[in-house]
Amino acid sequence: MFSFDLVINALIAGILLGGFYAAVTIGVSISFGILDIVNIAHPAFIILGSYIAYIVNTRLGIDPIVVSVVMLPVFYLLGAGIYQVYYESFEKHGQDALRGLSFFFGLLFVTEVMLILVFGVDYRYVEAPYIGPSWRLGVMDFPLRMLVPCLTALAMFGVLQIILSYTFIGRAISAVAQDQLALRLMGASPTRIKRIAFGISIATTAVAGALLIIIQPVEPSVGREYIGRVFAICVLGGLGSLPGTVIAAMLLGIIESFTATFYGPSWAPAVAFGVLLLTLAFRPAGLLGR
Amino acid sequence: MRTRVFLLISIAVAAVVFFGARMVNNDYVFFAGYTVLQFIVLATAWNILGGYTGYVNFGSAAFFALGAYTTVFFHKAFPMPIPILIAIGGVVSGIVGLGMGYLTLRLRGAFFAIATLALAVVLQTLVVNWDYVGGSRGAYIIRPNDIAWIGPYIQYLFLLMLALVVISITIARWIERSQLGYGFATIRDDELAAEASGVPTLRLKLVATTISGALMGMAGAPFPYYIGYLQPSSAFGLEYAVNSIAMPMIGGTTSWVGPLIGAILLGSLQQIATVTISSAVNLLIVGLLLVAFVIIAPNGIVGLVQGWMRGRAK
Amino acid sequence: MASALLEVAGLSKRFGGFVALDGIDLAVTAGERVGLIGPNGSGKSTLVNCICGTLTNETGTVRFNGEVVNGLLTHERTRRGMARSFQLPRPFTTLTVAENLRVPLLYTVNARPGSSLSPAELDGRCAELLQLVALADKATKLPRDLTQVEMRKLELARAMAAEPKLLIADESMAGLSQSEVDDIVNLLIQLNERGITIVLIEHIMRAVMKFSQRLVVLVSGKKIADGMPADVIRDPEVERAYLGQ
Repeated sequence: MFSFDLVINALIAGILLGGFYAAVTIGVSISFGILDIVNIAHPAFIILGSYIAYIVNTRLGIDPIVVSVVMLPVFYLLGAGIYQVYYESFEKHGQDALRGLSFFFGLLFVTEVMLILVFGVDYRYVEAPYIGPSWRLGVMDFPLRMLVPCLTALAMFGVLQIILSYTFIGRAISAVAQDQLALRLMGASPTRIKRIAFGISIATTAVAGALLIIIQPVEPSVGREYIGRVFAICVLGGLGSLPGTVIAAMLLGIIESFTATFYGPSWAPAVAFGVLLLTLAFRPAGLLGR
Repeated sequence: MRTRVFLLISIAVAAVVFFGARMVNNDYVFFAGYTVLQFIVLATAWNILGGYTGYVNFGSAAFFALGAYTTVFFHKAFPMPIPILIAIGGVVSGIVGLGMGYLTLRLRGAFFAIATLALAVVLQTLVVNWDYVGGSRGAYIIRPNDIAWIGPYIQYLFLLMLALVVISITIARWIERSQLGYGFATIRDDELAAEASGVPTLRLKLVATTISGALMGMAGAPFPYYIGYLQPSSAFGLEYAVNSIAMPMIGGTTSWVGPLIGAILLGSLQQIATVTISSAVNLLIVGLLLVAFVIIAPNGIVGLVQGWMRGRAK
Repeated sequence: MASALLEVAGLSKRFGGFVALDGIDLAVTAGERVGLIGPNGSGKSTLVNCICGTLTNETGTVRFNGEVVNGLLTHERTRRGMARSFQLPRPFTTLTVAENLRVPLLYTVNARPGSSLSPAELDGRCAELLQLVALADKATKLPRDLTQVEMRKLELARAMAAEPKLLIADESMAGLSQSEVDDIVNLLIQLNERGITIVLIEHIMRAVMKFSQRLVVLVSGKKIADGMPADVIRDPEVERAYLGQ
C-alpha cells in the first residue's frame, strides 16, 4: 500500500501545494502577524483576484500571472482604502475587537454574495500552456500547473522579504508592530505605515488569486475553505514571521497531500482545522514565533 | 421585573401569537413565522456569547447543524419525540461548544473567532463524509401531516419554536440581570482588569460558550422535520452565520431586546425579499446592512433609541 | 519579627530575546509601606504583572502569605488577597462607577470562603468606597464621563474594593496636581493604618519619600537598591541611574 512512488509523489505534491499556500497566507502574515488586524476577508480578495484573472484570460487570452502583476497596484489601492475605513471606524477609537471582526466578516460575506450574483456558482477555470503537462524526473512527477504557482509564490516571498528587510518602508513596517512611539519620533506616521502594509497585504491576494485558479477551478464559496488554512499556517508559523509562514505552509501542504492520497480528498479541509487546534492547544507561539 | 413574572408574560405573549396565527388560517404564516422564530433563538444565543462577553462566533451554522444532524441520526437509529430531540441537540451542541471553548478561549478573542469559522468547515466535512446521516446526498425526514390536539404538523413545530424563543429570551434576560451578567460585561470591557478584580474569566467564557452553543443546537433540532430533506449545504448554510451576527449587531448587542428586534425586522425583511427578489440578493442586503451598522451605528437600533432618549432628556 | 507577606525570589521574565527582569528578589512584610521606583522601561510594571499573574515569569517563585502562587490565575491571586491598580486606568467602560466597584465586591470579597454579603451590605461597602475617594456624586456616571483624576481614583477604589491584604498601586498619581497627589498619599497611608500592606510604584519623588518606609530601586530589570528611603536616594548607583536619564 505504501509504495515508494505514491509516497514520493504525495510529498512533492505537498511541497508544491505548500508553496502555493504560502502565497495565500503571506498577506495575512502581514495584516494579522504584524498589524494585528484580523482580516478574515482575506480569502474573499483572493477569490476576487481569481475571477479577475479568469475574465481577462478568457476574453484576452493573457496569462493569469501576468494579469495579476498588472492588478497589483489596483489591489494595493483597494487595501489602502479598506484600511482607511477600518482605521477611521474602529482603530482610532480603540473599539472592541467585535466590531472590527464583524466588519471584515461583512466584507467577506458581501464579496462572496456579489460574486455569486455576477458569476453564478459554476466552477471557472483558466487556460495556460503550463496547465496540463507534467515534468517527469524518474518516478517523480511535477505537474507544471502546481510547479509554476509554487515558484511564483516563492518569488513573491523573496521580493517581500527583501522589501521588509532592506527598504525604509519595509523596516518601518516591521517596527510598527513593536514601537509606534519610536516610529513617530523618527518622523514616520504609524497610520501611513500601517496603511501601506495593509495595502501590500491585499496586493498579494491579486497574485494568490491568479495562482489559485491555475491550480484548481474556482467558485465563490471556495474562499471559505481557505480561512482555516490561512490562519492555521499563520499561527503554526508564528505570527509575524514570514519565513515561518513559508515553512508552516509547506508542512500543511504535505500533511494535506498525504491525507488526500491515503484517506481521500474530501477530508482535506478538516486537516487545517485539526492543525490549527493542535497548535493553539500546545504551542500557540508557533514554530518560529515572536 | 422579576424573572418569574417576565417568564409568565412571555408565555402569555407567545400564546397570543400562536392563537393569532391560527386565526389567520393560512399555513404560510406558520412556515414563514417558524423561520423568524428560529432566527430569534439563534440571534439571542449568539448574543449571549458575542454581545455579552465580546467573543465572536462565526460558526453558528456549526452548532445549528449539529442539532439538526443529531435529530437525523436519532430519527434513523432510535426515533423519539421532538422535545427530547431538542434536549439532546442542546446537550450535544453544548458539549461541542464547551470543548472548542476549552481549546481556544485561553487565547485571544481573535483565535476563538477563527476557530469557530474553521469548526463550521470541519463539521461540514465530517457530515459530508458520513453516509449514515445522508452524506452529501442528504437525508429525508418524513414528517407526519397532523398531530393530535393541534392539527397541522407545522403548527406543532411553530409552537415548539415559540417555546424555544421564550426559553432563550428568558435566559438571556436573566443572565443580564444576574451576577453572571456583570462578569460577562467585564470580560467584554476589559478582560485583564476583570481577572484582576477576581472574575474567573475562563470559567465564565466557557459557561457563555456552552449556553450559546446549546441554544443554537436546540434551534437546529426540529429543522429536519421542518424542511423534510436535509442537505449539508442547507444545514451549514451561509445565511445562519451572517444572520446570527447581523441580527444582534443591527438590533443592539447590549440587551436581550436587540437580537429580538433584529431578528424580527431582518427575518421578516428576508422572507419578503426571498419571495419578491432572490435569496442571494436578500443575503447581500443583510451583509451590507451589517457592514453599514457596524461602521455607523455600533450599538444597533437599541443604541440609537437609547441615544435618542438621552438626547430628549437633556 | 514580622513575617513576609510577599516573597519574590529569583524572578526573571523575558520577551523573546529581551530580558525584562533579571533575578529579582523582594520581600514585603505585612503592614509595610514600600516604594518602588526606577526609570521608564526598568520593568516595574512587568514585575507587578508577574507578581499578580497577568504575565508568567520564566524563573523564580512568588510566595504570598506563605503559599507559592506560581501557576495560579490572576483572579485566584486576587481572591487570596492581592490587588493591583493599573498604570493606565482600565475601567469597565459599559458599567457605571458604582457598578465598577461592585465587581470586585461580588467576585472577590463575596467569593472568599465563609463570606456572604447581603445586597444591602454590598451597597453599603460600595458607598463607603465612593466616599473614601470622593466619587460619591459620580456613582451613576460612566467612566468616559470622568476626568483623568477621577479615573485614577476609580482605579484605586476598584483595587481597594477587593479588600486586599496587599495593594500594589501602579503609578496612580501621574498627571495629578500637588494637592491631588497629597490626597492620594494620605488615602494610602490611611489604608495602611487599617492594616493593608501597600507597594507604591511612582515617579513623583515627593510622594514616594513621604509615603515609603522602605524604598526599592529597579533599573533595566535589576534591583539595585533596597533599604531606608533616605539611604537609598544617597546611593551613588541610584544617583547615576537617574542622572543618566
